[in-house]
Amino acid sequence: MPLQEFQVVGRHLPTEADPTPKIYRMRIFAPNEVVAKSRFWYFLRQLKKVKKASGEIIGVNVINEKKPLKVKNFGIWLRYDSRSGTHNMYKEFRELSRTDAVKALYQDMAARHRARFRSIHILRVVEIEKTDDIRRPYIRQLLTPNLKFPLPHRVTKVRSTFVANRPTTF
Amino acid sequence: MPATESNFKRFVEVGRVVLLKAGPQAGKIAVIAEIIDHNRAIIDGPTTGVPRQSFPYRHLTLIPLRLTKLPRAAGTGAVKKQIEAEGIVEKWEKSSFAQKRAAVEKRRSLTDFQRFVVMVAKKQRTDRVNKAVRAAKKA
Repeated sequence: MPLQEFQVVGRHLPTEADPTPKIYRMRIFAPNEVVAKSRFWYFLRQLKKVKKASGEIIGVNVINEKKPLKVKNFGIWLRYDSRSGTHNMYKEFRELSRTDAVKALYQDMAARHRARFRSIHILRVVEIEKTDDIRRPYIRQLLTPNLKFPLPHRVTKVRSTFVANRPTTF
Repeated sequence: MPATESNFKRFVEVGRVVLLKAGPQAGKIAVIAEIIDHNRAIIDGPTTGVPRQSFPYRHLTLIPLRLTKLPRAAGTGAVKKQIEAEGIVEKWEKSSFAQKRAAVEKRRSLTDFQRFVVMVAKKQRTDRVNKAVRAAKKA
């Protein structure tokens, strides 16, 4: 599931009481546009008195990474429903793009907490520019100057166990 | 880094030359420009046709060569300048590692008949060597 970042803009339909309703904009991480719009309505109706039946989407745009070859450190705030309650969390990721970081976050939450996509809300994704602002030791250790380490346990897998071989008939 | 000397010879570090084991550029060499994490690095090979990209260590072989003066997260231009200044590509091609790989590659690309020709040529060589040795012993 490759994720993309979308900017979704929408509003309540104009009514006689409110001919110019407020416009809302959200940055949403989703696999495609359909899911992005759905998530937009899901979040908006939790926050404001607007729902899909009484609202409209004005625009959906894909937000691309500005520098997809620069290594960045991201801090992500999230909220997730565990089996027993709701928790807030802050995690850090070292990736090439915001979408990669969010993708890694979903994988990490699935691995450590068995949390699914539907039980995770991403609150904020921020690029951390200063090394001093990094809070987690697992990211901090990668920023030591002149970092080097060996690859001690290299297992060379020559071929897959079940692979077709052309017969030699001469 | 620990003060004691490590028993390892090759490290994942900025400037380390690597050999690609998979992907469309398999068999080419590149340089580690920046370490992303314990599994991946940014590699770049402007003189060998490897575009700048993230690559897992799983599909890389570390080579006993390295660029000594490469700063962290250097751009493609700086990497190219360093590679040319240190003559990394020539050093790699001269190394026995690269030559053995080239020999194996060549042998694999031969047809059955070409392998036969090689076999005959080898026999002729041993024959001549043996004759020369016998003549030298007699004298």
